[in-house]
Amino acid sequence: MTTANQVLSEVEYDVVGKRPVRPDGVDKVTGRAQYGADLNLTGLLHGRVLRSPHAHARIKSVDVSKAEALPGVRAVVTAADLPFASLSKDELGNDYNRFKFLSDNFLASNKALYRGHAIAAVAADNAHVAEAALALIDVDYEVLEPVIDVRAAMQDGAPLLHDDLVHTSAMGEVSEKPSNVASYMKFEKGDNAAGFAAADVIVEREFTTASVHQGYIEPHNATAHWRADGQINVWCSTQGAFVVRNITADVLRVDVSEVRITPMEIGGGFGGKVAFYLEPVTALLSRKAGAPVKVLMGRTEVFEGSGPAPGSWMRVKMGASRAGKITAAEIELAFEAGAYPGSPVMQGATCAFACYELGNGAVEGYDVVVNKPKTAAYRAPGSPQAAFGVEQVVDELCQQLGVDPVEFRLNNAVKEGSRKVEGPVFQKIGLVECLEAARNHDHYRTPLSGPNQGRGVASGFWMNRGFHSSVNITVNPDGTVNLIEGSVDIGGSRASIAQQAAETLGIAYEDIKPQVVDTDSIGFTMVTGGSRTTFATGWAAILAAEDVKTQTVERAASIWEVPADEVEYDSGVIRHKSEELSFTFKDLARQLYTTGGGITGTASLDPTGEGNSFGVHVVDVEVDPDTGKTEILRYTAIQDAGKAVHPSYVEGQIQGGAVQGIGWALNEEYYFGDNGQMMNSSFLDYRMPTSLDLPMIDTVIVEVANPGHPYGVRGVGEVPIVPPLAAIANAVEQATGKRMTNLPITPGSVLEAEWNGG
Amino acid sequence: MPGLVHVTTTINGNQADFLCEPRQSLLECLRDVVGMTGAKEGCNDGNCGACTVNLDGRIVCSCLVLGVEAQGAEVNTIEGVASAEGLHPIQQAFLENAALQCGICTPGFIVAAKALLDEEPDADEARIRHWLAGNLCRCTGYDKIVRAVLDAGERMRAG
Repeated sequence: MTTANQVLSEVEYDVVGKRPVRPDGVDKVTGRAQYGADLNLTGLLHGRVLRSPHAHARIKSVDVSKAEALPGVRAVVTAADLPFASLSKDELGNDYNRFKFLSDNFLASNKALYRGHAIAAVAADNAHVAEAALALIDVDYEVLEPVIDVRAAMQDGAPLLHDDLVHTSAMGEVSEKPSNVASYMKFEKGDNAAGFAAADVIVEREFTTASVHQGYIEPHNATAHWRADGQINVWCSTQGAFVVRNITADVLRVDVSEVRITPMEIGGGFGGKVAFYLEPVTALLSRKAGAPVKVLMGRTEVFEGSGPAPGSWMRVKMGASRAGKITAAEIELAFEAGAYPGSPVMQGATCAFACYELGNGAVEGYDVVVNKPKTAAYRAPGSPQAAFGVEQVVDELCQQLGVDPVEFRLNNAVKEGSRKVEGPVFQKIGLVECLEAARNHDHYRTPLSGPNQGRGVASGFWMNRGFHSSVNITVNPDGTVNLIEGSVDIGGSRASIAQQAAETLGIAYEDIKPQVVDTDSIGFTMVTGGSRTTFATGWAAILAAEDVKTQTVERAASIWEVPADEVEYDSGVIRHKSEELSFTFKDLARQLYTTGGGITGTASLDPTGEGNSFGVHVVDVEVDPDTGKTEILRYTAIQDAGKAVHPSYVEGQIQGGAVQGIGWALNEEYYFGDNGQMMNSSFLDYRMPTSLDLPMIDTVIVEVANPGHPYGVRGVGEVPIVPPLAAIANAVEQATGKRMTNLPITPGSVLEAEWNGG
Repeated sequence: MPGLVHVTTTINGNQADFLCEPRQSLLECLRDVVGMTGAKEGCNDGNCGACTVNLDGRIVCSCLVLGVEAQGAEVNTIEGVASAEGLHPIQQAFLENAALQCGICTPGFIVAAKALLDEEPDADEARIRHWLAGNLCRCTGYDKIVRAVLDAGERMRAG
């Protein structure tokens, strides 16, 4: 077994960079951690959701009378119970479409826009009765022709999902007639025509990627209690308690202060639990039944009714000189938004060429509605699709120029001061260091060992934006501290945030008890997503710790009756400049309640900077010439973490993201029947990687400190899913001579390419 | 509604009695009737392994077993893996090797890994990967889980 998890550190700290055990670990290895489905409340009812069997249909009527009459049924709700049903178009004005789309995705009003679209929900004494009641609801559908492919949806004459959806062009013109194109964007830099004219080699190809699911093992769930006094309490599995609070209040038209969200332990999200499906519906059931209600999704509902990542079509064209420099580059991306606007095509467009220093470049993107579930974020949303195209075209340029793919990428790599196509200029970044680590790695220097093998390389990028976070730190009388935060912890962030607080306070990690709390108990905090949590909430913890330090210095000064500016805080010791007076943090903590009261440090921040992270993956594959099956022989993922606060958890993010990318590349896809229904909505048929499919995933953590964070943190979760799709396609090309431009690269598609000579 | 059946079984070494409908799965009985929520529902059709329990010495997906089949059987769940003395070496190895992220699949993996290591504490990487192929994890890419099970085997061999 090759054991190769390396950390290339620039700076060492006392606590940051160590590998303590996470605070929630014991509960999770003993089965005691409380996830949403584990919650039980007195008098709890059980809810289930009725979903459309049709991908596109007009809802002519919904009759729930027989379901309501079934013994044990306590409430039935439909779209008629949502505030949208009683608001006129005039009352909503310019907000009409936004509010309709929001409400309709919780419970469809006039149209079902995908198979799995929620139509009604039932609360009953137990789940079996609720399921029986669903079968008694009569829905009269007028079935319409669906459109599920992004290019088909863009054609004139395609079935329209929304009667009045228009979009604004790059020139600010509003389209005259409705279409499925919800928005269009374009960015340009330099003169692409001149760049292509100057190129010695030009490669242009089209690519497609299939809809894939985030695949979290815990299905969506929500428990709600709408109390008689109007207070709505919700317990759910979410990546963003504050966002679900705001959306629940919005769609139910109640005050934000009347909704309290308690985020339960979350069984995976990867972006899919930044979207919301059950909370307002469960609350409505609770109000109608006068009791708390728990609604769970089943696995098929998760596939059919919750957000996949968008399928996409792309055209990529790049030119390069014999000297190995890219002279021009353009990409056109069309992303499926699903039933309602909002695909991550903008993020795809801004990530597409982020790894390359371009004098000339252009990106164009289309957000297109189709009869699939409204797409949700999935780990670096939009970036893996774009990289699948761009990184393969780069590989082909390297082949035509006869240059090493890592050297070519080094020769064209962005660095501090490089300007992206859409405008922003990079601060200090670590792409060059990642590429150098790849070039120097044992994996890259070891020749392939047999026939039908190939090696692929690809790079990837994500912005890692900060956004808002809040942390409170309270000092206890024994010198331990309680840290409360609003960031849901999916992969160990309680540890990585506590480490940053401990480092700042100069106390032991074990003396900090971090906890994720409900939305009434801490300031606004954005979702756990976009690789922002350890970066931004960690920074909030640093600022809250600094606030504690300032207060302890002031307290010591008042005890000693000296000016505060003569007292300093140094590594957990509060010291007067005379050096005759000093307290350890614990000494002072013991005296707090007799010298003026307790100390709580608070911080709420919204960092405007970005963590900007890059990764480079190297993969060896072997393709069976008889079956077309691709096996991963060796995998090395290299990434700039800025500073790895907890290296084991960073490695885990890198390995997990890489393996999701492997699944996306080789196995995973929504397979649709002729009528737009998903044909493989189970874990048996939607084939995610198992332990048997994989080798160890070796990692190299590169640390080029982020100048925009106190400890240099960049965030790590998104980037590792970006390179694998193209890295594997490049490796398959080397093994077979076939350029695979459509995902997934199944055994069948490889054999077909062989047979077609494509 | 069908009548309820009285089931007498042994859960984690203790006699347990519960009433269930004949159609209820063992997973549902454990979670909703007995109140032990350590086994998780990820798919309810035997494809993810999050509900893995040990039934008479064999690991099963408890969503594919009926509650009434527990009559007279020995059921061992994640709740019984640790003892009053502390965590089992597999649990300790999972923590120290960072073998969990969200943790929803962890109970199933630990119950499955224990069944393997109780019989074969010297299981190698290939054997472990084969044995755990019925348990899905979406967070870790399995690397650290496999390493944790290798480490746990070493700890168990050392006693």
